[in-house]
Amino acid sequence: MEPTRATTLRTPLGRVRGSGSAKSGTHHWWMQRVTSLALLPLTIWFIVSLATSAGLTHLEAAAWIGHPVNAVLLLALIGLTFHHTAAGLQVVLEDYAKPEWVKIASILAVKAVCALLALAAALAVLRLAV
Amino acid sequence: MSSVPDASDATMLGRRTDGTPVRRPLSPHLQVYDMMQMTSALSISHRATGIAWTAGAALMVWWLVAAASGPEAFAWVQWFLGSFLGILVLMGVTAAAWFHTLAGVRHLFWDAGYGYDIPTTYKSGRIVLVGTAVLTALTWLALLISW
Repeated sequence: MEPTRATTLRTPLGRVRGSGSAKSGTHHWWMQRVTSLALLPLTIWFIVSLATSAGLTHLEAAAWIGHPVNAVLLLALIGLTFHHTAAGLQVVLEDYAKPEWVKIASILAVKAVCALLALAAALAVLRLAV
Repeated sequence: MSSVPDASDATMLGRRTDGTPVRRPLSPHLQVYDMMQMTSALSISHRATGIAWTAGAALMVWWLVAAASGPEAFAWVQWFLGSFLGILVLMGVTAAAWFHTLAGVRHLFWDAGYGYDIPTTYKSGRIVLVGTAVLTALTWLALLISW
């Protein structure tokens, strides 16, 4: 049998990992899909919860947020929402932001703002739940 | 570019870095998409509603932080959400959220390899549009009933 000849300079391991020059392969794309799947039930739960309880008093709202089940779901919602938001806005900026330094600076700014908003929201939930 | 005879030509006309025109294949861009077609209109709307939903996420943070801060801060956010501007923003976010959710499910089906043929694409597009209208209306009906 004829020995198989390499038609690429990439190593077999590198090909399997699918990582190109960005060193991340399809991870960013895949995580956008994973977070979207997780956000589907969480978002519907949040929208339905709020839509059916408009005009809550402060005590009622604080009690609802602080309820252990709601607090856990809210923390999941917050983390996934801002991961998905940062990932989505990053792709938009990668497509449209020019020149290169504006692109990099705006993506970093988006990540920073998303991280801080997520932390602030998580702290608020934890203060009401603990 | 003095004239672009037809849409397919727009994907061939580029400029070198020194500004001189050149004919070579380019990636599709805004000029070649007919925004009166449902396919391209829904595609860019998915992006637009994703960006718009960011405003909703920021409102959620304000609401949570205000609830944790105390009655006074909470009264402020409730006042804004009940104001004319607040209701307008909330209505926009609700519609954007439902659109992005339904269009996102449509994208997940595509990612899994289903629904690529033209009739199915148009059918799922119509489902997204009608679904957005129905679910947005139902959300606000629930909101008004519980108010």
